[in-house]
Amino acid sequence: MPSSDAAISRSDSLYYRHTLPVRIMHWINVIAFFVLLMSGLQIFNAHPALYWGKSSYTGRPPILQLVAKETDDGKVVGVTRVFGREFVTTGVLGASRGPDGDLVGRGFPSWATIPGPPWLALGRRWHLFFAWIFVINGLAYVIHAILSRHLVRDLLPTKADWHSIGKSLKDHLLLRHPKGEAAKHYNILQKLTYLIVIFGLLPLAILMGWAMSPWLDSIIPGWVDWFGGRQSARTIHFVVALALVAFVVIHVFQVIITGLWNNLRAIITGRYRIPPTEDRHDTE
Amino acid sequence: MTPSEPNRRRVLARLLAAGGALFLASCDRLSGTAWFPNLLDSGEKLSQVTQHLVTSRQSMAQEFAEPDLSPTFRSNGTANPDDPRYQFLAAGEFAAYGLKVSGLVEHPATFSLAELHELPARTQITRHDCVEGWSAIGKWKGARLSALLSRVRPKPAARYVVFYCADPMDDEGTKYYESIDMEDAYHPQTILAYELNGQPLPIANGAPLRVRVERQLGYKMAKYIMRIELVSSFANIGEGKGGYWEDQGYEWYAGI
Repeated sequence: MPSSDAAISRSDSLYYRHTLPVRIMHWINVIAFFVLLMSGLQIFNAHPALYWGKSSYTGRPPILQLVAKETDDGKVVGVTRVFGREFVTTGVLGASRGPDGDLVGRGFPSWATIPGPPWLALGRRWHLFFAWIFVINGLAYVIHAILSRHLVRDLLPTKADWHSIGKSLKDHLLLRHPKGEAAKHYNILQKLTYLIVIFGLLPLAILMGWAMSPWLDSIIPGWVDWFGGRQSARTIHFVVALALVAFVVIHVFQVIITGLWNNLRAIITGRYRIPPTEDRHDTE
Repeated sequence: MTPSEPNRRRVLARLLAAGGALFLASCDRLSGTAWFPNLLDSGEKLSQVTQHLVTSRQSMAQEFAEPDLSPTFRSNGTANPDDPRYQFLAAGEFAAYGLKVSGLVEHPATFSLAELHELPARTQITRHDCVEGWSAIGKWKGARLSALLSRVRPKPAARYVVFYCADPMDDEGTKYYESIDMEDAYHPQTILAYELNGQPLPIANGAPLRVRVERQLGYKMAKYIMRIELVSSFANIGEGKGGYWEDQGYEWYAGI
């Protein structure tokens, strides 16, 4: 591509990276994601325990439970119980400070939930409204990605990508970032991560949401058991949400260390400045 | 590292913190308005319409096998109604109990427990999904609501079946009430349960009678039913949303 070579030689050159529909859908997704996450924690708080099986009461204990305990001298302690092990998590999980500053029993703290105070009915409204926004936005994205060839051009790994997987892994671990022409394309780890999130985690989260709906369970009676049962589906929904949080943390970390303002400009205006190749003499 | 970088980091951290705080404050402010929760409500209406489009009117809730039964069926909400008349009935093992069915019906009637036992019955092992997020599996036996309705003959104007219960919910003595539509009322799995796990329905689970509406959440399945009324709208019931929890902000449609 001779034209792009010419563009790289000018260090101030801006490359049009994100199309307008992608930018709009990205920011709708950001809002919907945080609302869904935090209203989801509000709903979780109504029964802060996760199980594996067809129901909560199978004779086996929950696999995760956030509880508040009171010590002999009357102090409230937040406890996280995972696979039978107990961890004191006072202040964050199990017990956290309420509006008057006192420790109260609560799964996740109020700063992590929408709405802030315990309010299941309103939390459900937030969650189930933004679930629609999320699904419609996600469908629009997938349709757009296919029709505009964004999926094929930018996201599907090429043969060369697969060969570069070892190098890409090493580059990521050393926090080395592609420059010049290579910076125009997503690397293999980036592509795989986006594909797993878009076509794996997000559809799974939606499907496990449906599995919790008693009405949708009646479409094909028993389909929920393909995922281990209704309470397993609730657990998977929660674990997928955790995985998405991990994705967002790593995504934001990468955005910051690879040039925050450049990346932000790209996802707001579409224009991305190609990092110039600094040490030319090495490559020549 | 350029000299401006630590400065930038500080700006960035502050921006993130301020953005987060603004987001939370905005969400809580929106929650406090009248219009926003109503807008959010439209999402649940969309869910109701969509869920009805993708399922048949008589789609069946999953039924389970005996090994799936929960060792004890959890009691939630009221475990023993604090009501003198209910306590009197319970002391006599509900021998004096009568289920009054009235409203938009051709033949209003009162059914004793013995008469309810004579109606065509159904036994089902189903999962009870609480809005809080837990679930339990129990084996229910009861009179088909459709059989009871065929006795009292609903008038064409009847659109909802309202259950009036014995359990007081607040200091003012408001007793539990709940409603379902005719589609759910005639659903084969909708029963007036008088047995749980092969035993007479325990008081903790709604004795002498609780309704099972298996495609919806637990709060639709009223316990301690004393009276049934068929109505054309729930404008005059409670605060007009069709049920006790509905009047506290929960959805009337609890299929999700």
